[in-house]
This record gives sequence, C-alpha cells and structure tokens, in this order.
Amino acid sequence: MTQADTATEPAAGRAPTARPAARPRRRRPGRKHAELALFLGPALVVYSMFVMLPIGLAFYYANYRWSGLGPLTNYVGLDNYRRALQDPVFLGSVRHNAIIIGLSLTLQLPIALGLAVLLNARLRGRRLLRLVVFAPFVLSEVITGVIWLLILQPDGLADRTFQAVGLGGLVQLWLADRSIVLSTMFVVVTWKYIGFAIILFLAGLQGIPRELAEAAEVDGASKLRVFRHITVPLLGPTIRVWAFLSIIGSLQLFDLIWIMTLGGPANASSMMATYMVDRGFRRYQFGYGSAVAVILFLISFGISLAYQRLVLRRDIQGALTRMAG
Amino acid sequence: MTALTRRWRAAALLAGLVLVLAACGGGSETPTADPGVDPNQPVTLTWWHNATADPGKSYYQSVATAYQQAHPNVTIKVQPLQNEQFSTKIPVALQSDSPPDIFQQWGGGQLADQVQAGKVQDLTEAVKPWIGSVGPAASNWQVDGKQYGVPYTFGIVGFWYNKALFQKAGITTPPATWEDLLSAVQKLKSAGVAAPIAIGSKDKWPDAFYWDYLALRLCSQEVMQQSASDYNFDDPCWTKAGDMVGQLIDAQPFQKGFLATPAQQGAGSSAGLLANGKAAMELQGHWNPGVMESLTPDKKAPDGLGWFPFPSVSGGAGKPDAALGGGDGFSCSFKAPPACADFLKFLLSVDNQKRFGELNIGLPLAAGAEAGVADPNLKSLLDFRSNASFIQTYLDVAYATSVGQALNDAIAQQFAGQLDPPGVVDAVKSAAASR
Repeated sequence: MTQADTATEPAAGRAPTARPAARPRRRRPGRKHAELALFLGPALVVYSMFVMLPIGLAFYYANYRWSGLGPLTNYVGLDNYRRALQDPVFLGSVRHNAIIIGLSLTLQLPIALGLAVLLNARLRGRRLLRLVVFAPFVLSEVITGVIWLLILQPDGLADRTFQAVGLGGLVQLWLADRSIVLSTMFVVVTWKYIGFAIILFLAGLQGIPRELAEAAEVDGASKLRVFRHITVPLLGPTIRVWAFLSIIGSLQLFDLIWIMTLGGPANASSMMATYMVDRGFRRYQFGYGSAVAVILFLISFGISLAYQRLVLRRDIQGALTRMAG
Repeated sequence: MTALTRRWRAAALLAGLVLVLAACGGGSETPTADPGVDPNQPVTLTWWHNATADPGKSYYQSVATAYQQAHPNVTIKVQPLQNEQFSTKIPVALQSDSPPDIFQQWGGGQLADQVQAGKVQDLTEAVKPWIGSVGPAASNWQVDGKQYGVPYTFGIVGFWYNKALFQKAGITTPPATWEDLLSAVQKLKSAGVAAPIAIGSKDKWPDAFYWDYLALRLCSQEVMQQSASDYNFDDPCWTKAGDMVGQLIDAQPFQKGFLATPAQQGAGSSAGLLANGKAAMELQGHWNPGVMESLTPDKKAPDGLGWFPFPSVSGGAGKPDAALGGGDGFSCSFKAPPACADFLKFLLSVDNQKRFGELNIGLPLAAGAEAGVADPNLKSLLDFRSNASFIQTYLDVAYATSVGQALNDAIAQQFAGQLDPPGVVDAVKSAAASR
C-alpha cells in the first residue's frame, strides 16, 4: 500500500512542489498509463470479481424464483421486490434497523462523548480505564453474543445482580419478551461498539490545541461553555465520521442478533440482514433472498451517498475533489 | 545386470504375454453369451456420506471394504463430508457431469426437488425384493410412489421425562391421551414443578414438533401424504391442530422465558433443563439422551429418564400409533451404475445394520437389527417405531424447504402469541403458493 502511495504521488503532480528539482523527470504519457495499469490492475480485478460481480449477479438472480437447484427458468421480473416490500416481517426488519440507528445516534453519542472527555482528563489509572472501555470492541461478535446469552438467561447474572441490589422488580425476560428484546439488543450493541466511538473521540480530543480552551478560560468562559463552543465544534469532523460508521454498522447488524435471538421471538428483533439470510439460505429462496440483498444494498448505498453529500461534504471536500482530479 | 537375469526377464515377459492373450481369448467369448451387462466389468462407485468422525467414519469404510472383497470388480471411493456442506455441494454436484454415485439423502421436499430436476435414480425395481425389511419409514424416500432413496436410520420424536418428578406429582402412568397430558401438566404445577414441559422455542423446530404431531393425530394418513405433494391445507384438521396447540400454550406448561430458550446449547437450554431436573418432560428426538449427556455437571446422561410416545387424540382421523420422526438415507444419482443399488442392499443387510446399532449413533431400520440397541428407553422408542402404522417425516423436511421453514416460522409465531391457528395455515398456504 505504502509503495503504491509513494509511487503514484509524483503522478498526481504534487511531487514537484515537495521535492523541487531534485529529480527532474520527464515522463512519457505511456508510462503513466502503464504505471496505473500495474498498480490498479490487480486490485481492480479482485474488486470486480469479488465485489462488483456478486452485486451484479444479485441483481440478476433477484428476477427469478430459484431454489438453487436446476437452471434459472422461472422469470418473475420485479415480483420478488414486490413481495418483500409487502411482507410485514421485512418492513418490521427495516423499522428495527431504523430504531437501532436512531438509538445509536441519540444515546451512544452523548455517552461516548462524556466518557471520552472524562478519559481525556488527567486522572489515576487512565490507561487502565481506556483499556477496559475499549476491550469489548476487540471481542468477536460470536463471543460477545454467547457471553450476553449467559448473562441474560432467566435467573442468570443480570437477574441475580438486579435482585442483589434490591431492584428485583426491574427484572424482565430480557430476550423472550417481544416488547423488550430490541432494547436489550441495543444495550448489547452499545456495550460492544461504544469503545470504538470513545477511542475515535479521544483521538479527536487530542487533536484540539489546549491553547484554545485556555484562552477561553482566561476570557472567563465556564467549563460548559468551553465544551459547548470549542470542544464539540472542533470534534465535529470526528463525530460526523463516527455517525456515518455507526449508521452503516446498524444497517448491517447481523452476528449479534443471529446468535442471541435468531431474529425472534416471532421476528421482534429481526434485522434486514437476518431476514435476508433466513429467506435465502434457510428457505432456499435464492432469488427472493437476492432481491432482499439488493434492497439492503440500495438503502445502504442511498444513505451513504446522501450522508456524504449533505453531512460529510465539508470534511471530505478537499480529499474527494483532489482524488477525482 | 547379468545376462542371466535378462534372460529370466524375457521369459517372464513372454509368460505374461501368453497370459494376456489367453485372457483376451477368454474375454472375447463372453460377449456372445451376454452382450448387455458384464457383471465382472470394473466399476467405480463414489460415495458421499456425512460421518466425518468416528465411529461412523470407520464403520462406513469397513462396509465399503467388505463389499469390495465380495465384489472384486467394484471399487468404492468413500468421501466423508461435513453435514452442512451437503446443502451447498449436492445441488452443484448434481448439475455437473460427475456427480457422486451414492450420496446422503434426507428425503422429503428436497428429494422431490432433485427428482423433479431428473438427478436421482429410480430404485423401485432394484429394491423391491428387500425394501420391506426397512419398514414404513422407507415411504419418506418416495416421490409419487417410486423409491428414490433408502433410509438406514430413523428416529422417532416422543416425550422424554423425569420419572422422579412425575412420581412427586403423583403421575403413575405416562399420559396416554391428550387430556392426560394436560392434567399431568396441572398436577406437576401443583406439585411445585416450575416447568412441567421444557421447550426450545428459540430454534422454532421444537415448537413445530407439537403442531406436526397433532396434525398427524387429527389428519388422516391420506391428507398428510397428499399435503406434501399438492400443498392443499383446506382440510379442517390443520386448523384443529393449531387449536390444540393453543390449548397447550394456554395451560402455560413451559419454562420461564421459553421463547428465547435454545434447544441444545448450555444448561439453560430445554435439554439442559430436563437433564438437570429443572423440567419434567420434553418432546424431542431420539438423540436427546446424547445431547443431555453433555449438559450435566458430571457429563453423564441423567438417571431416571423415561420415554413415552405422543399421546392419542380422541376423534382424530389419524391413528394413535402413527409416528413423527426423521432419518438419514442414501440415493443413487442419475449416472450411477447398477452396483449402486446392490451396495445399498448390502448396507441395509441385517448384519451391517446390527453393527450400526451397536455404535449408538442412530437407530437401525432393518428388521432384526434392533438387537444392537441396548438402552431401555431407546428400546421402547424402537418398539413404538416398529409397531407404527404410518411414519411421517417432520413436516419441515417433508415439504419443500421454503414451505417447511415458513411453517416452522408460523408455528413459532403462534407460540409467541402473534398468530392464531387459521393464520398459521394461511401462512403455509401463501408460502406454498409462492414456492
């Protein structure tokens, strides 16, 4: 990767300013193309074969009713899409994904921001605390799922803990109650991924010059005002990138749900991705599953594009335009 | 190299040539006698089975070796594959030019799909002389009355129960009728058993066992068999089955939070609850003792377990001795030589089946092979199986996969209080319509 970067740098026309006259090189146009082909070619081939082609095939299969055995003969056009968009279970899955996105942005953000500011302050055992907060993110989804299954089973650790501190009345059927399971899953998702947000924000906080806060304090600004008018705005780019990753992650939520609830009870915690795997691979409806995959793809793609256009534009303006040029 | 050895070599070569010529001479005579099939022609059979671990793996290898010794012209290439790989590898292999000759086959809807695509050999004539010894379970490997595969093991679903807890509740004989079962639930509850019945509803298929079995008691054999080919669910018996499932759910016999309980993973699973004395009974397959073994603190199957068949239902069109279960079998692919069917006959011979039964990895089918099974509970299960007038495969296997899974989903929704009995039938109907 680094090799490719340094090699394409001169081609992008930035080298002359950085290293003037040190190595004046005249390039033939053919050489530039050869270089591009050499460095981009392999990656492009792999990307086309394993990313673009499957996406294209999903669009193709989505037009058929197909059990995976025998040739594609039963052409149904857009019928698979129509069925998916009329299926209350699928619409419920879309809603569940939307709820997870909403909760992530409104609840994880303040918690992560608060913890990041706290861990940025000088306090004893800061390194240890940072490690503890980040640890869940390192665990694999499967292990996280199994651990929480054990914690949340009836009369398990969660229930016993509540009872021990006199909050036995709060005990619920965490995973078996249809009205609670989604909230439970959100707590697990938050536990798993908040460490990532905190680390991002910590990195962002360290990039904010200390002088700004000091100057504001000299001018008599309270801690809260410093946070509100200096920390948060300067952390803006980090927050916006985190929100983007969080939205995409929430749209693709699969492993934790599949292990802990299989989308149940009675589809109360199903997500678009679990629905897709269930219909495609468990029911052997590969055409229909492909249609669901295409819908999931279009939703993710649309949200990504819109977010980049509307929210991230300022942050990535330079990078994108220069890359395109 | 001396001249002597060279001369010896020449002599050996000459002798060899003479032999070959003689063999050719002999060979040229046989076709005139039988121009069609030469039974001594070299044949190779490839065999895909799912026993990747011992004792099953070496058992299959020994069967193949024994067959090769008896038939020197046959070579069997044994290829064990992970069970989960079959669902993806078989469709691909069957579409290719070189499918395996013998492959794992669970019957039902998947077999029907393969037959429809013309990928499986019709074995009806070949197995006619001996298929009777396999018993009624063989019908689950038929499509339109023709035999397209042969089962070698078949288990029956029934109630596994804790004898001590039953005694504590004053239940002296296992429930024989549906009413008995419901009153046993009440007795267990009054005796302080928190979970009269354990169920692994997270996995959905344990829910379906109740619905399937009630349908089997309420619908006639004809309706059950027809449903797997014409997907007609208009008979009122289907809704009635759902009504009776509702009756059971209303009696609240299950453990706390059963909707999120897995069937087999961990001590908190339904099998674990039964194994550790936290629940009194569970409707499960013949594999349950083996599952429970791994879920107890001392890794031993719990003592004092009993087995009783699914109770009878008065007024139902199905027979009380009809059984629900599932098993493993083998099919011959469309390109397989006749030796394939002959090998299946050998595999299903009483001796080989008896040896299979002794391995304790499945219940053999051939009449006379029961002697290999020692466990008293499995023996009573086998008794029920051999006396069954009709054996139905789990409906999710018997139906096309998309319909079977939709059925399980719908039943799971009923258990969660989200669907009424007619709703379950409607869900299956619409899944069948968009199959």
